[in-house]
Amino acid sequence: MIKRILTGVVGAGVVGGLGFLWYAWWPAIPKIAPVQPGQFSAEKIERGRIVAAESYCVECHTRQDGGTGPELAGDYRMQTPFGDIFSSNITPDPETGIGNWSEEALRRALHYGVSRDGSHLLPAFVYDHFTKMTDADISDLYAWIMTRPAVHMTHRPNGFPLSISPRITLAAWKLVFFTPGLYKQDPSHDAQWNRGAYLAEGAAHCGACHTPRNLAGAEKVANHEYDGGVVDGWIAPPLNQNNPTPVVWTEDELYQYLRNGVAPLHGPAGGPMSPVAHDFLATVPESDVHAIAYFFADKAHAAERVAGDKAAIAQAMTDSKKDLVGFSTDPDARLYQGACGACHYNAAPAPVLGRPELALNNALWLNEPTNLYLVMLRGLTAKEGQSGVAMPSFYNALSDHDMARLAAYLRRTRTTLPPWTDLEKKAADARKLVEEPPVNSSH
Amino acid sequence: MIKFKLNGRDVSLDVPEDTPLLWAIRDDLGLTGTKFGCGVGQCGACTVHVGGRATRSCVTPVSAIEGADVTTIEGLDPEGRHPLQDAWQEIQVPQCGYCQSGQIMQAASLLRDYPDPTDEDIDGVMGGSLCRCMTYIRIRKAIKEAAAAMKSARTEGDSSNG
Repeated sequence: MIKRILTGVVGAGVVGGLGFLWYAWWPAIPKIAPVQPGQFSAEKIERGRIVAAESYCVECHTRQDGGTGPELAGDYRMQTPFGDIFSSNITPDPETGIGNWSEEALRRALHYGVSRDGSHLLPAFVYDHFTKMTDADISDLYAWIMTRPAVHMTHRPNGFPLSISPRITLAAWKLVFFTPGLYKQDPSHDAQWNRGAYLAEGAAHCGACHTPRNLAGAEKVANHEYDGGVVDGWIAPPLNQNNPTPVVWTEDELYQYLRNGVAPLHGPAGGPMSPVAHDFLATVPESDVHAIAYFFADKAHAAERVAGDKAAIAQAMTDSKKDLVGFSTDPDARLYQGACGACHYNAAPAPVLGRPELALNNALWLNEPTNLYLVMLRGLTAKEGQSGVAMPSFYNALSDHDMARLAAYLRRTRTTLPPWTDLEKKAADARKLVEEPPVNSSH
Repeated sequence: MIKFKLNGRDVSLDVPEDTPLLWAIRDDLGLTGTKFGCGVGQCGACTVHVGGRATRSCVTPVSAIEGADVTTIEGLDPEGRHPLQDAWQEIQVPQCGYCQSGQIMQAASLLRDYPDPTDEDIDGVMGGSLCRCMTYIRIRKAIKEAAAAMKSARTEGDSSNG
C-alpha cells in the first residue's frame, strides 16, 4: 500500500516536473535579415506610433539617469525591491537591439514574455498587460519600431539576483502569476468602455503602477486591482472608489488630467505621471484618452458619488482661506502663508486653474505625505503638470522640520483625515529620494 | 543650454541647470528690477511671472523654466504703464522701494485671477509678499484703484466694440 502511494507521489512529481520543463522551454525564433523600412506604409507606421505612445515604450526604454540616452536604446534604470534593473535596447540595431527580430518574435515577447532566443523576460516588461494587445496593434507597433533609428548600445548589468537558473525562476513566477490571453470584450459594457478597458489594462498598463504588488512583485489583481501602488518613491493613488479625494475623478477631470497633465479640481500630474500625459497621451487620438477616462470614471463609480462634489468644493473654498486672511498667530499658518499661500489661495466659487487647491489635492488625502513632500522638494517644471508654469523647489528653503510642520498643518486644516505620523523622519526620507538639490541656493 | 522667453524675447543661457532663475535674470541677462530678498521663497521680492503666474525666482531653477515664458517687472508693460504701475505712482506706494517690483508682479497675477479682488483675496494672495516699510495700506489701495481702472477700460472697450 505504502509502496503504491509512494509510487504515485513520485510519478506525479515526475510528470509535474516534465510538464513544468515543457512549460518553461520555448524555442528560439530564427533571426531575420534587417527589415527594409520601405515595406511599411506611412499609415501603418503612424498607427504603430500611436500604439507605442499608448504603451509608453519610450519612457522605460530610454535612459534617464545621468542625462537622457538615445530614444528606445534602453538602459533605463528601474528601481525594484529586488535590485536595479536596466531596460533593453529595442531599436532595430541587429546586435544590441531587436533588429533581427521578426514580427512573430515581438508578438511572442508581448504576449508570453519570452525573448526571441527563447529565454524568459523579466516581468518588469509588463507582459501581464501586453498579453492583451491585439495582433493588429502589435503588427503596427512592429512597423513603427523597425523604422526608428538603430542605436548600437548595451545596457548596464542588472542587479537582479536570480539564484537559480533565470529560466526556471521566471518560468515558475509566470506559472503562478501570469495568465496569457487577449483582451476579452465585456458585453455588459458599451464600445467606449471596452476600448478604454482594452487600453488601460493592455498597452497603457495602468495597473503596473496603480495596483499594489505582492512580495513576488506581481500585481494583486484579484482583490486589490487599482488600489494604488508605489513607483520611483511616489505614491500612485488608487484609481477605483478607494481614491480618497473629496471631489470624485469624473470622466472630464480624468480626461483633462490625462490629456493636459492637470485637472482643475484635483491638480497637476507630478512625478512619473507627468510624462504619461505630456509625452504620450497628448499625442494620441482624443477618443482613446476619452475612452480611458470613461473606463476609470466607471471603475471609481464616479457617477454615483458626484452629487457630493458641490459641497466638497464649497468646503474647500472655505478651507483654502483659512489663516490666509485676517490675523493669525499660529506659527504653522504663518509659515504656510509665507511659503505657499500666494499661489495656493482660492476663493469661491471654484479653484482657479493654475492655483492648485491643496484642500482638493490627492497629495493631502493619501495615507502618507510622500507625494506632498516630493513636490515641495522638487517643485514642478514648466514641462510637468500644467504646461508652461512652474512650482519652485523648496529643497533648500524648508528644513525637514518646516516640511513636517506644513504637512501636519495642511492635513489638520484642509482634510477630515487622521494626522500623519513621524512627519519629520518621513521628510528626511523623501529628501533622500531627490538625488541632487534641484536648485542652488547658496550665496 | 537653457532656452526660454524673457519679456517676449528668446534667450538662451549656458549656465548650470540648478542656477536660480533670479541669478540668471539679474547677473546673466542684466535685468535688475527683480530683487533678491530672503533667498528662500519666503518674502516675495524676487517674484516674476512664469507662464503668467507669479513665481518666486530665487528658488526656481532655470532648468524648470526651459521653454517657458518669463516676464519680469521690465516686461510687465512695454511703456511701464500697467494700470498697477500707474496706480503705484499715483498713490506713491513705495517707501524704500526694494520689495515693490515683487509686490507689483504678485498683484498683477492677483488681478488676472481675481479682477475685482476683495480684501480677503488681496490678503490671501499678497500675504507672502513682505514690505518692511509697512506700505501694505497703500498697496491695498493701489490694487483696488488699478482694478477699477482695468474694469472701466474693459467696459469702454466693450462699448466701443459695439
